[in-house]
Amino acid sequence: MSEPVFDLTLIWAGIIAFGVIMYVLMDGFDLGQGILFPFAPSEDARDVMMNSVAPVWDGNETWLILGGAGLLAAFPLVYSVFLPALYIGVFLLLAGLIFRGVAFEFRFKAKSSRYLWNWAFAGGSIVASFAQGAVVGSYIQGFNVENGVYVGGALDWLTPFTLLTGVGLVIGYALLGATWLIMKSEGDIQQWAYRITRPLLLGVMVIFLIISVWTPWVDPFVADRWFNGVSPIWLLPILALFCAWRIWVAVGQQRDGLPFVATMGLFICTYLGLLASKFPYVVPPNYTLWDAASAHESQLFLLLGLLFVIPIVLIYTAWTYWVFRGKVKAGEGYH
Amino acid sequence: MELDPLILSRIQFAFVVSFHAIFPVFTIGLAAYIAVLEGLAYKTGNAAWDRLSRFWIQVFAVVFGMGVVSGIVMSFQFGTNWSNFSQATANFLGPVLSYEVLTAFFLEAAFLGVLLFGRDKVPKGLHFFSAIMVAVGTFISSFWILSASSWMHTPAGVELRDGIYFVTSWSEAIFNPSFWPRFFHMALASFLTGGFVVCGVSAWFLLRKKDVEVHRRALSMSLWLLLFMAPAQVLVGHAHGLNTAEHQPMKVAAMEGAWETKTHAPLILFAIPDQDAQTNHFEVSIPGLASWFVTGDVAGEVAGLDQVPVELQPPVAIVFWSFRVMVGLGMLMVLVAFIGLALRYRGRYAETHWYLQVLRGMAFTPFVAVLAGWFVTEVGRAPWLVYEQMTHAEGLTPSLTGGMALFTLIGYVMVYAVVFAAGLYYLMRVLQTGAPTLEDIGHEDQKQRPKRPLSGATASWEQEESKA
Ligand code: HDD
Ligand code: HEM
Ligand code: HEM
Repeated sequence: MSEPVFDLTLIWAGIIAFGVIMYVLMDGFDLGQGILFPFAPSEDARDVMMNSVAPVWDGNETWLILGGAGLLAAFPLVYSVFLPALYIGVFLLLAGLIFRGVAFEFRFKAKSSRYLWNWAFAGGSIVASFAQGAVVGSYIQGFNVENGVYVGGALDWLTPFTLLTGVGLVIGYALLGATWLIMKSEGDIQQWAYRITRPLLLGVMVIFLIISVWTPWVDPFVADRWFNGVSPIWLLPILALFCAWRIWVAVGQQRDGLPFVATMGLFICTYLGLLASKFPYVVPPNYTLWDAASAHESQLFLLLGLLFVIPIVLIYTAWTYWVFRGKVKAGEGYH
Repeated sequence: MELDPLILSRIQFAFVVSFHAIFPVFTIGLAAYIAVLEGLAYKTGNAAWDRLSRFWIQVFAVVFGMGVVSGIVMSFQFGTNWSNFSQATANFLGPVLSYEVLTAFFLEAAFLGVLLFGRDKVPKGLHFFSAIMVAVGTFISSFWILSASSWMHTPAGVELRDGIYFVTSWSEAIFNPSFWPRFFHMALASFLTGGFVVCGVSAWFLLRKKDVEVHRRALSMSLWLLLFMAPAQVLVGHAHGLNTAEHQPMKVAAMEGAWETKTHAPLILFAIPDQDAQTNHFEVSIPGLASWFVTGDVAGEVAGLDQVPVELQPPVAIVFWSFRVMVGLGMLMVLVAFIGLALRYRGRYAETHWYLQVLRGMAFTPFVAVLAGWFVTEVGRAPWLVYEQMTHAEGLTPSLTGGMALFTLIGYVMVYAVVFAAGLYYLMRVLQTGAPTLEDIGHEDQKQRPKRPLSGATASWEQEESKA
């Protein structure tokens, strides 16, 4: 066989990494609405919360499915280790997403059964967010793999550490949701969102700190990467802290869009920090991107289609956000 | 009793995929129908076509939404329960399944929004074009998924190195030997599904004397369609069977209930297959007919299950009976379509009470036939996952325990039961609400609406509210 001219594995890693962060940011703020749902000050506020994400949430989940399918095609080892290892978690994730998706649609159309859909929406969002956080945690933790096959137990993924990352992501998504709501609402509802943002931020920062100390402590590879001399990746936590500070200040100044933008910045820095900690290992502790990759021709075959479709999906996404820009007023729905 | 993860995973997969499959077959057929309605509305400018199209687009929106929700689960099933299989086949199945998802997204991004929500915002021609593209897109989607499935029945274009399949020829792998018959059989099945549901719903409106003019048109149109599709499906099904006889003779033997290889093989109308005794009880059959079907000669030799050891035989009773259910319903469909023609000849098809009742009942039969067909195909492949190369047991996730599999099986059944009961209930509400009147259309809010499939339907959840 001739050597491929391009290393598609890196390109694919970039695509999947991009898909994941797109998913986290976009589905993050709408999952956040669900997490905050039980605490909303009024039923009107709930209407506004839902309306603020109604036009876009469905497209946001696109990225998850694309990620799932893309992994099978480009990094089958990741797919065939993560899914068995996270078996129960994946089920919870899917069940949660299904419930909240359906609740979304039917809440608008129902009156007397509306409270049921409220619960389904909140419960589904919280379960799905927790499961995603636990996935991140188990990725950091690593998997018990022999000869490319997962050999651990059903609940190996559920440890104190993953519980913490799970709760961390729930609070993190709530923060994204709250700052999104600041941007999209006004009046009492916006004031409520301002009030909850700082406590949520504090929660996120505390958990963030614990994880940052815990991770290098349990994983010498990570410790080595971060503390073996001065490194450019130190910029990432500094930037993250800067973003957190901006959120704090912007809430005090009652700024509209800045808290959300800064929260996205916080997420991106944390995410890049995580990738930098583990690179090039995708199935820690033993397998790199290249070990996990599918055949070159398979990566190429799908890439062609993807290069065609991704720009269209991006344009469409941008267009939808543009059409639905601006504040959502109480009593005004899209439904 | 020790829980067997293999059996439980098979049941789980069968459950979730069957559930998923119900929705796409309907959306594929319906999308094509909507494209036709849009075309008629565009050409004639007749408001009746327009109203019909608005009505069926709402139904489409709900069913499509449920197809998406259940499809999300599918894309993770391979990894959770069949990880060895995923790893071995990823080089081929990964890209092909991803193309299905990509197609669906592309569709959603580019045309579905226009079809569902753009009617008054884009030029009429563009709206019609979007309807066509959605219909074409559902076909491209099923093209990929059927290619994946067919490849598992008749693997081609690959070579196996160290337990991993590598693609040597994409065209041979994608257009593998059983692909075309399966594609056409499935395409016709989708049209039949769309056709019978439209007929059934129209008949129901006619029976209630609601909006008679419009639904009479719909009925007439779909009856013409069925008149050609139903017989065509029998022919294509037969061709499909011949293809299977060539590539998977043991599946055909199970369909026929043929335990022994013999000439003058009979066509069995009724029997109770007994796998333990390797024989049939209470057999009623027509001599020579199976030989004639498969070889074109009553004296031809037809392979029986005795050609392979018992542990390599598929579960015969399931395949045997599913096949009879599918074929029986197929024949019934032909009959119903021809009765429609006879009644039309006397100008009474839309007034004959009993016939409308029959059509109402027939609306459910294509779904049963489709699932029965898939059971023949998939159970008939057992014990192979990739035919004659990888068994179910080899493909299973090694770390999976019976307890885990049972947990998720029960979980999926519960989630689907709740969610889809709600979905079906809502679908009924959409059907009851009926086509929008011309007045409704005039008053339709001009607000921006979200671009989600399900919000394309506007019927209210509670019955009382809609009357108020
Ligand atoms: C013959 C048709 C057919 C068959 C056999 C299947 N599907 Fe499907 N699927 C479709 C036809 C389809 C569709 C018509 O293309 C859908 C319905 C709604 C949609 O968006 O596309 C779809 C949706 C759909 C989606 C969601 C896409 C979206 O969000 O838009 C996924 C992930 C899958 N399917 C995956 C699968 C898998 C893994 C299958 C089998 C094992 C499968 N489908 C069988
Ligand atoms: C949409 C229509 C489909 C239906 C209704 C369907 C139905 C079924 C059924 C009933 C089984 C169980 C067979 C048994 O356990 O003996 C099965 C097995 C299987 N099918 Fe399909 N199938 C469909 C499409 C597909 C496609 C498109 C693929 C692949 C891309 C596929 C892959 C599999 C696999 C991997 C199994 C093995 C797991 C198992 O045996 O349960 N199926 N299917
Ligand atoms: C009446 C005559 C019919 C015949 C002779 C026939 C024949 C067959 C055969 C032989 C198979 C299995 C092929 C294989 O596994 O390799 C099959 C599968 C199937 N049939 Fe039929 N069929 C008939 C009617 C119908 C009808 C009326 C429907 C639905 C409306 C239907 C839907 C399906 C589906 C969905 C499958 C599984 C997918 C596939 O393998 O194509 N069939 N049919």
